[in-house]
Amino acid sequence: MSYVGEKTLTALPSLLSLDSQPGPAKLSSTSKLGNLIRGITELTSKHEEEKLIQRELESIKEQVSSPNTSMRQMKELMVRAIYCESLGYEASFVYIHAIKLAQQGTALEKRVGYLAVSLFLNESHELLLLLVNTVLKDLQSTNLIEVCMALTVVSQIFPKEMIPAILPLVEEKLNHPKEIIRRKAVLALYKFYLIAPNQVQHIHNKFRKALCDKDPGVMTASLHIYLQMIQENPEGYKDLTGSFVNILKQVVGGKLPIDFNYHSVPAPWLQIHLLRILSFLGKNDLRTSELIYEVLDESLRRAEMNRNITYAILYECVKCIYTIHPKSNLLEKAAKCIGNFVLSPDINLKYLGLKALTYVIQQDPKMALQHQMTIIECLDHPDLIIKRETLELLFRITNAQNVVVIVEKMLEFLQNSPDDYTTIDLVGKVAELAEKYAPDNEWFIETMNTVFSLGGDTMQPDIPNSFLKLLSEGFDSVEEDRKLRLFAVDSYVSLLQGETRKLPQCFLQVISWVLGEYSHLSEDHNRSTVLRLLEKLLDMKQTSSETKCWILMAMTKLCEGTAGVCVAQQVSETYISSMDTVLRQRAQELQHLSQDSELREEVLPRDSGLDPMEIDSSLSFLDEFVSGALAAGAAPYKPPHQRQEELAEAKVLSLEPYGLALPISMSSCSITDRHSPTPLSMSSGLSGDSTDVSHRAGLKLDGVQRVWGRDGYLAKKESVEEAAPVQGLTPVHSPSLQNEGDGSHSQTPTPTPTPEPDREKEQLASSLFFGVSSQSSVCLMGKPDSTFNRRRKAKVQAPGVTEQLSSSVAPVSNAVDNLLCNNLQDSNINSVSAASSKQTCELSPRVPAANGTCNTDCGLPESDRKRSNLSISRDNGLVDADSALSEDQGSRSDLCPSSYLPAELCGLYRSEIAPLCTAHSLELSACHVHQGDDMILIIFISNSSDSQVLQIRLDLKSEQLKVTCVSDSSVENIKSHTVAVYQYSLAVKRPGVDVEVDGTLSFLLPAGTPQTKHFSYKLPLTAFIRPLLISTEEYGTMWLGFSHEVKQNLTLVDDGCEPLTFTLNLLKNRLQLHLVEIIGLEGILACRLLQNQPCLMHCRVHAGALAVWLRSPVPELPDCLVYHCQRVLQEK
Amino acid sequence: MIKAILMFNNHGKPRLSKFYEHYTKDTEQQIIRETFHLVSKRDENVCNFLEGGMLIGGSDYKLIYRHYATLYFVFCVDSSESELGILDLIQVFVETLDKCFENVCELDLIFHVDKVHNILAEMVMGGMVLETNMNEIITQVDAQNKMEKSEAGIAGAPARAVSAVKNMKLPEMPRNINIGDINIKVPNLPSFK
Repeated sequence: MSYVGEKTLTALPSLLSLDSQPGPAKLSSTSKLGNLIRGITELTSKHEEEKLIQRELESIKEQVSSPNTSMRQMKELMVRAIYCESLGYEASFVYIHAIKLAQQGTALEKRVGYLAVSLFLNESHELLLLLVNTVLKDLQSTNLIEVCMALTVVSQIFPKEMIPAILPLVEEKLNHPKEIIRRKAVLALYKFYLIAPNQVQHIHNKFRKALCDKDPGVMTASLHIYLQMIQENPEGYKDLTGSFVNILKQVVGGKLPIDFNYHSVPAPWLQIHLLRILSFLGKNDLRTSELIYEVLDESLRRAEMNRNITYAILYECVKCIYTIHPKSNLLEKAAKCIGNFVLSPDINLKYLGLKALTYVIQQDPKMALQHQMTIIECLDHPDLIIKRETLELLFRITNAQNVVVIVEKMLEFLQNSPDDYTTIDLVGKVAELAEKYAPDNEWFIETMNTVFSLGGDTMQPDIPNSFLKLLSEGFDSVEEDRKLRLFAVDSYVSLLQGETRKLPQCFLQVISWVLGEYSHLSEDHNRSTVLRLLEKLLDMKQTSSETKCWILMAMTKLCEGTAGVCVAQQVSETYISSMDTVLRQRAQELQHLSQDSELREEVLPRDSGLDPMEIDSSLSFLDEFVSGALAAGAAPYKPPHQRQEELAEAKVLSLEPYGLALPISMSSCSITDRHSPTPLSMSSGLSGDSTDVSHRAGLKLDGVQRVWGRDGYLAKKESVEEAAPVQGLTPVHSPSLQNEGDGSHSQTPTPTPTPEPDREKEQLASSLFFGVSSQSSVCLMGKPDSTFNRRRKAKVQAPGVTEQLSSSVAPVSNAVDNLLCNNLQDSNINSVSAASSKQTCELSPRVPAANGTCNTDCGLPESDRKRSNLSISRDNGLVDADSALSEDQGSRSDLCPSSYLPAELCGLYRSEIAPLCTAHSLELSACHVHQGDDMILIIFISNSSDSQVLQIRLDLKSEQLKVTCVSDSSVENIKSHTVAVYQYSLAVKRPGVDVEVDGTLSFLLPAGTPQTKHFSYKLPLTAFIRPLLISTEEYGTMWLGFSHEVKQNLTLVDDGCEPLTFTLNLLKNRLQLHLVEIIGLEGILACRLLQNQPCLMHCRVHAGALAVWLRSPVPELPDCLVYHCQRVLQEK
Repeated sequence: MIKAILMFNNHGKPRLSKFYEHYTKDTEQQIIRETFHLVSKRDENVCNFLEGGMLIGGSDYKLIYRHYATLYFVFCVDSSESELGILDLIQVFVETLDKCFENVCELDLIFHVDKVHNILAEMVMGGMVLETNMNEIITQVDAQNKMEKSEAGIAGAPARAVSAVKNMKLPEMPRNINIGDINIKVPNLPSFK
């Protein structure tokens, strides 16, 4: 203070001498401001300051309302008023005078007036309407400074509804000869766009013109608008990508005049802006991204000076690279940049590096491994912000293995922690992690206890609620549930026996609910002890009345036995006269219950346990509804903070062209996906590698630096070894891969984090990052919902929810697979594999059946699509075979059904004609014909007898198919030696491995007796599969949209050189799929089920097998298709 | 977008506060207090970024600050601004103040709060960064100061002088010397072919 006072005294004379404006008025008012300031600095208490300011305001008030005050004096008064307001004292009486000053003053006074207005008022203040005319006048002024002021005030505060009044004038300013005016006009229009987008819709062309302005300053200003608009709707501005790239190229290339340089970097802020825009444009868009790659590379190259601002550019580049469609060499450079950031001694850069890592880590957990020692160091960093950012990063890589350590770190931070904001945020995260990954009951309860006592009453209310819900719903088994509840009860009783004063209210509420509900489970504590403890809580001063209600309710549940009743009566008497209505009501209830023993018997039966009487707080009566909705494709419920979290994550980055939507499931698999434009960029056995890491249970620091190579992600050494079987299969492929790996390794000396930290840190590292890569292997197994877990799962696996079954596929091999990955994943897989093997049992009888019936030969011999255009002559060949068959059966060759094929269907691809049944002289046979997008079933009824058959009726029905009659089936009589043809169009209602049509034939024998005959026709689902011609990008978007997924490992058919291509082509030809693209060791295929139900398939060579993921909007479709794929490959 | 620019001294006395978003007067004071509370706790050798602050809007918002001698300069921004970019912008702002006031000290800011606001207005307009070039900002401010000086003499001056000042034009910007030299090519936009 004293320092300031001194300074004031010394500075004042010079201040006055500097003032060039003579005149007594000026001088006195300045000294008045000076006096005021001096007065304030000399004060010692807030109260005195208040008094002084009030006096000052009084004097200002007096002067402003005096008619003799000149505008100049008014200006000085205004400055004083601004000063008072900035200290937090309201001076609303000057507002109107500020507007007057802006209206009437000379340019300089006007400026102060405008300034005061923009500081005093807000957009919705009613006085602002008085300003509109002034602004209008000034916009038309010839004085440029006045125009500038008007534009500034317009962009700061202007009533929304008055925009139309000045819009034309502002627009006009876009053509002003002075660039500063154009620049301000652009920003003013941007402001209009922000507050009232509808009103500036018509001037989008003008924005474009501003972008093309000859002055770079105006162009820079227009980027504000484009950044906003492109963020809202990137699709609409793709055509501008070239222009932005062009501008950035010229800026980076130093084409701007030298005075745009800042610390010899050309227009850094402009570069940052452009990079942001480009990243929005290139997001999920390969074609646009391709335009951007070059300039990104250039920017990275140029931004190598060690200036703060170049780091800003580098950071934007890195973010852009990870946002747009990935390109391996850029990714590699970006990873290097992140490394530099993280390792930088500059703390700001470290912070940004951690932020970048947090972005990237969801896609690529290995990045965390790479920098683990730095991350550990950051955990102990003295700067809380760095620490918190590190915890945020750890939160993203938490899994079942490292949850204990990470949560411990978080709680440790919380204990020393700072502000409410951090607490709320972190407490939510800890609760989420605990719910998701808790290794055991004790840990869970204890962690939640800490959460409640630390989080206190500031935390989100859904944390205690969901915790109680979890307790009451239970999960795995009854016994487990009992243990968990019992543990909770014991822990709370011992808590209450200790110091209770500091426990937050919401924790007390949780405690009392749990005790009320479950203390009967505990044999150590009888109810009266619990009641006493609760009573003690009630008597505490700190307990809020809401908590008291909770406690009373708990007591109501526990009111039993003489001791209990006694306590209850005591308590209820105390509170029955409470002021709080709810409390009074609860007390009444309790009293009533405690006085009436019969009622007690009835409400709280002693022996039967409380369970049957419990309120169904899990809402299990809704289970059926929920499972129905789930089966129909509805998304499972997520609690709000998880949703928020996901939303926030979604905002961050989406790197994959078609990845799994959930952030935690991002995997190294998706990293490789990102290399799609470059062939051969996949590293072999990536997933093998990651499993490997998890098996080793520890960390090998020495392998770390090899992760990135020239072509992006490189497999580690171990993984190459492990991938040996693959090599055996791909003798041509893998050596080249290996070479590449070695070559790139030598080329890129990635900074090696020197592995010399002390043991302790290393141990911490291994516990923190344990399972980080195995997490990715979980994803590789195609489990998108790896977040659901022991505790969440409880909800999903509620009885009657059958959805899970459809997500696993029948064959036994799969069960083996699942067993294999059991040691990688936590126990939930067990249940899935159990489910799948259960399904195997269900399915297995069907499999031989499908193979055994006559329908196997109906299974299309779709060996080659070309051959499918069967010529008539080939048809005849078939006919011969058919007729030979029929001759064997003693019928006449002229009745061969194929010659009765309707003319319009001849030449189309059809299945062989299969006999269905015979009844007396009638013979039924059928075939199916592919007619464009329709599937036609043709049934032939040939009458080989010499007499006519009358009143023929054919009824077809099917549960899986929709059957519509195409021909007029009114043919009722069939003459002797003729064939009647019936046509039906088929469409799939519910896909199955095979689909079947059941039919009934009824007719009248010549003798007059009615006859019926049943038959069935089975055709494979593949008959309804057609290729779906889409591009990789379309595939990407579709993939994300589909909810039903199935994964399966299939055998890889080896033709000697390219097993993947060969296998995929085989599948493509046999099943009529569309092969979208093969990239390295992965391939994607697409098909659709007639009429238009798509199914996407993603294959990947992994450890000598073909891992396949299928996704479709139709629940059963992936399942059936994977079965057919398997059959095709087995036959081979 | 920049939500607010705050300056206060080591004791938390507000020296300048400019909000680009509407808050009530009370909230504004609370924000200043909270921000001071957050910022003043921090050591000198920690990072210049702070997250959160309940009032100003949670996780999407950041406080980016610099500490010069007796003053804190705090910019509150949303996620659309580059952290390091803003950090340098603060530097530009302070350098500009220093140039305009010739060795700026806290007192200059108190006594010339209107001038500081004017300088700020040339740099940030309605929450958007308008100009980042110090010389450019100074040129603009000088032009206005010139007007101030000539206007000061107007009081008793003849009417024609008044009109002369009224019609005064801003000086030519140095960057506009020759538009042809500026090699930023006008992008070829389809609509302007």
